[in-house]
Amino acid sequence: MPHKDTDGTVPHGHGPMDPGPDPHAPLTENRRALRIGIGGPVGSGKTALVAALCRSLAAELRLAVVTNDIYTTEDADFLLRNGVLPASHVRAVETGCCPHTAIRDDISANLDAVEDLEAQLGPLDLILVESGGDNLTATFSKGLIDAQIFVVDVAGGDKVPRKGGPGVTTADLLVINKTDLAPLVGADLSVMDRDARARRGDLPTIFQSIAEDKGASQVAAWVRAQVTSRVAVA
Amino acid sequence: MTTAAGSLATLLVLADGRLPAGGHAHSSGLEAQVSAGRIRHLADVDAFLRGRLATGGLVASAFAGAGCARTHAIEDLDFAFEVRTPSPALRHASRAQGKALFRAGRAMWPAPALHRPDVHQPVALGVVAAAAGLAPEQAAVAAAWHTISGPASAAVRLLGLDPYGVHALLARLAPDCDTIATKAMTYLEKSLDDLPADGAPLLDIGAEHHATWEVRLFAS
Repeated sequence: MPHKDTDGTVPHGHGPMDPGPDPHAPLTENRRALRIGIGGPVGSGKTALVAALCRSLAAELRLAVVTNDIYTTEDADFLLRNGVLPASHVRAVETGCCPHTAIRDDISANLDAVEDLEAQLGPLDLILVESGGDNLTATFSKGLIDAQIFVVDVAGGDKVPRKGGPGVTTADLLVINKTDLAPLVGADLSVMDRDARARRGDLPTIFQSIAEDKGASQVAAWVRAQVTSRVAVA
Repeated sequence: MTTAAGSLATLLVLADGRLPAGGHAHSSGLEAQVSAGRIRHLADVDAFLRGRLATGGLVASAFAGAGCARTHAIEDLDFAFEVRTPSPALRHASRAQGKALFRAGRAMWPAPALHRPDVHQPVALGVVAAAAGLAPEQAAVAAAWHTISGPASAAVRLLGLDPYGVHALLARLAPDCDTIATKAMTYLEKSLDDLPADGAPLLDIGAEHHATWEVRLFAS
């Protein structure tokens, strides 16, 4: 039963009570945080890269992290121990033995995690979604992320770029990690560079050693550029 | 009450294990029982799935059918399912899957009813089925099937079982899914209090333990 005013009329939204035009700028797709996926084989250094990016970017960007590791708290603990991100800014997603399914075929749990972070922390600039360690065919769905970084390491063998696969071939950025180990494992960085160029065309590749560059400065610069160019578009 | 059945192919879309509705990350309690050593072989999985179907399967089937038939009473149905789910971990898992199902449902069969934040999975399944033009009995059979297909897939991954053996088991259980759905439909006109409330206490306890593990492969 609707409430009636004393003159018998039912109040409604027009006339003097009209709220007028919405004072807020229209929400656009770009209001949500930029989402960058970080994938790659087991042990290639994804979590170390995430920690390094947090170290480099946490002071200038509002950022959060979603992890898909089977050790649900391991990656989050790593980030906490390294003092780069509070626990409230890290979410872990279980993947039911199929890490690639959770980032590619059925992204619902990761989308929930991303949206929960934004709902609880307020507007964010950047969310890093770290995949569980998988193989060379695992890539992120475009329904989950805006851009993706694929991480391989020199200790996995200098043939990895030549093997290709969707991660190496199509990722927006290929990171070849642990270059400090190259002489120890007999990996030829020039071969990896040549093969990566052949596989990737104009897409960028960064060689790095987080042992020597704790903030992963080149990758951080690439991520910063992604955030900046997106703001410019908005 | 019998409603005209909707498109069979549409039912296949809704019941497909590849539907991106979060199910792949849930084992329906199987992971906890595997870890406890109670499930090792195909025969154990057989018993587990039969138990699931007869208890949680009947409840899910009845609530999916009711969710499809009573789209005006979703909140009441959701509460009625909530009080039939004693384990907080399983309530959380059910709501997470209901939310994911609504997300998929909105993309496939847009309807205002699918814009609720999070509803228990069986109720959500009924609402999505209604949005897809399916009948309550179709929602009920999809829910019964979902009850066993998810943990069967988890069993293949957790125990390395022969996938042909597991699918032969599912084929044997398919008529039981029909039977459960038929039974579930007998509740369609019943009051909320009279909907089935069958449960499996060991699965509730297992789910609570599972939620505390540091290393788990499945969300539930």
